[in-house]
Amino acid sequence: MATKSRTLPLSKRGLNFEMLMWIFTRLSALAMYALILFGVIGALIMGARNQMSFADILRWGFMPNSTHVQSTNLQDLAPWSSFLWNFTATLLLLVGTAHGVHGLVVIADDYITSPAGRNIVRLVSIVTMIATSIIGAYVLWAL
Amino acid sequence: MGLSRNVSLPTALGYKGQGPFLTFILHRIGGMGMAIFIGLHILASFLSGEVGNAINAVYESWLFQLFIFFCVLFHAINGLRITIVDLWPRLIEHEREAIWLEWAVFIPVYAIAAFAIIRSALGG
Repeated sequence: MATKSRTLPLSKRGLNFEMLMWIFTRLSALAMYALILFGVIGALIMGARNQMSFADILRWGFMPNSTHVQSTNLQDLAPWSSFLWNFTATLLLLVGTAHGVHGLVVIADDYITSPAGRNIVRLVSIVTMIATSIIGAYVLWAL
Repeated sequence: MGLSRNVSLPTALGYKGQGPFLTFILHRIGGMGMAIFIGLHILASFLSGEVGNAINAVYESWLFQLFIFFCVLFHAINGLRITIVDLWPRLIEHEREAIWLEWAVFIPVYAIAAFAIIRSALGG
């Protein structure tokens, strides 16, 4: 039995926005895995083994931002609020927001099927995505 | 022209898709749970004050932590399976085995986390 390829070449598949977002969802998932591992390993290197509980390390991994470790018994917050960690957290925020809002659009498309409704969903989601990114970046850098 | 659906709600709820369908629906619930939780959490940190503290108080309850960690961990592990299978399409042949493997990873990790969450909720 000859195995037939299940995949179409890119030229037949079409390279439209939905296809790009499909691949973005997969690649951003891998990127978030990398960022979370980076956050957890960074926290352990900076001494989280002695000063934090399991929950605090998880909190740091999912969003490495210094306000997440304020409540623990850390003496010095300076290494936890460096440019590197703000930058990592911002990257995770932007990738995560885009991934999440696109996911909500995919879910909404299963239930809202009229073209006008889908346009409204897209408009609302773009506004939500930009607003969440700006508010999140403000929280990370200014608060 | 929009799509039309000819399946009634009771029929849809009775759909027996078994393993793959269960992961699909849990992935969807987990993703929505995270989107709502993280959106509100960002808003709460932005507002701070009384409104923000009221929202964050919900997040500090251990029951909510059990729920949200289920969402996050399941979405992450299932998402990794989807990513691997989609980027190497020949692996679709082994999808059911991949789902079993996924549960084999999820259950112990979630059990450890749930143990840690409940232990700290009981005060030590």
